[in-house]
Amino acid sequence: MTVEVMERSYEVDENGYLVNLDDWSEDVANELAQDEEIEMTDEHWDIVNFLKDYYQEFQIAPAVKVLTKEIAKKNDIKRKEASAYLYNLFPNGPALQACKIAGLPKPTGCV
Amino acid sequence: MDNIQESVVASREVPAESETIEADVNGQVIKKNGKFLNETPMLDELENGPWPSFVTGLKEMAERNKKPMLRGVMDQLEYSYQTKSGYWKGGLVTVKGYGAGIITRYSMIKDKVPEALEFHTFRVQPAPGFHYNTKMLRGLCDIWEKHGSGLIALHGQSGDIMLQGITAEKAQECFDELNEAGWDLGGAGAGIRTSMSCVGPARCEQACYDTLQVHKKVLDAFVGAIHRPERNYKLKFKFSGCSNDCVNAIMRSDIAVIGTWKDDIQVDKEEVKAWIEKKGMDNLVNNVITRCPTNAISLEDGEMVIDNRNCVRCMHCINVMPKALSPGKERGVSVLMGGKNTLKVGTMLGSMIIPFYKVDTDEEIENFIELAEEIVEWWDDNGLDHERIGETIERCGMKQFLEDVGLEANIDMISAPRDNPYYKTEY
Repeated sequence: MTVEVMERSYEVDENGYLVNLDDWSEDVANELAQDEEIEMTDEHWDIVNFLKDYYQEFQIAPAVKVLTKEIAKKNDIKRKEASAYLYNLFPNGPALQACKIAGLPKPTGCV
Repeated sequence: MDNIQESVVASREVPAESETIEADVNGQVIKKNGKFLNETPMLDELENGPWPSFVTGLKEMAERNKKPMLRGVMDQLEYSYQTKSGYWKGGLVTVKGYGAGIITRYSMIKDKVPEALEFHTFRVQPAPGFHYNTKMLRGLCDIWEKHGSGLIALHGQSGDIMLQGITAEKAQECFDELNEAGWDLGGAGAGIRTSMSCVGPARCEQACYDTLQVHKKVLDAFVGAIHRPERNYKLKFKFSGCSNDCVNAIMRSDIAVIGTWKDDIQVDKEEVKAWIEKKGMDNLVNNVITRCPTNAISLEDGEMVIDNRNCVRCMHCINVMPKALSPGKERGVSVLMGGKNTLKVGTMLGSMIIPFYKVDTDEEIENFIELAEEIVEWWDDNGLDHERIGETIERCGMKQFLEDVGLEANIDMISAPRDNPYYKTEY
């Protein structure tokens, strides 16, 4: 499978995740977001960038609880609220959708 | 043996579509032999015993509602029995805003049985105490038969109503209708799971607290967490009104809330007399007194006397003599934690965390919820990935856990007294 952006095609796996992380660019991210029916705002980019940085440092996507804790800390809100906030931005599961847009491989967990 | 095995596999291939189908009437596929289902000789064997068979149920349902999906499932299962291997794999299906609640099931042999390609399960939360009215249930069945396979399994150990068999494409629409009708999806994955409560005071005189009310309030507090799984692993609450524990809370829940009492078992002397008159003194001795696990019941001048200090609330005497005996008047709950079934360290029973706690008023229930939130937070901070809270407590130590969540140690938490009385600690 491939995804087409600006007359270039990029290889993705059967679930639509980028095969090569190096293929990632903001344009590709926007295209992937469109597939997920998500309109990217600054808040979305914050999370996508956090995931990218985390992946570059640890070579693995963070567990959802790590992401939730980070968001809670960053926005100075409760963890419970952070979880709802994340699902507001990425309604079909923050880890899955945000990871896809950030060009990370599909997380092994359920969300 | 191997040859026989192979020949069985070889002799039965899933029939190619051209052989099976005679006509396509209104989009429904009818076979030559007049039956909707294909032959399933291996599955038929399961119908031969004296017990009820799920195969019979599935066949009846499929012949009635003619859902190709059910035929696919039967074919795949037949093939599984022939080849002694399962062919379902997971995937990802969610509805908007939910990270959990749908268990995916994709066929690994979709080329052989295209009709079984998708067979996902909706986990629908039960009402507290499993109390429904027929209107709700009929509505649920209608919606499910419209969008899904129609197959429903009620109340397994997860507590959920399992609606089995739907395609990913129809999931959102089906959920919207269910939700509109007042149903909600349950928990799945590494998060807070669906709770269960026993029938409680609504139907049972032994209930020591309002299981329905406490279940509902805890559910309200954790509903977001149920839909958005983001914990180390699963965590279940279960609510039993007494230690008969009809919802299996101590064995199968991480946080078990069990009804109990603090004072003495209530004895109605007249009813005791009436019971002895009817059933006989032998019966009282053989069936009640000698079966008390702590020998707390004795006869004094022909009268039954209970040593309440040594009663462990096993419920046996109360169950045998329900009119004569009943739980004490000062009622509340015991909270036990860490119960789980197999995987990793094996089955664990819940350990006593709070021997007595009152949950009668809103404020008391609120306090319990706050404590529960604190406990879950502790597990979040200290637990490892894929570790149940019982395992975390065992790894970190009960003492550490109690200190961290601000609970007091209690003599009831000692599993066994020290066996060497000459042991002297350093401090």
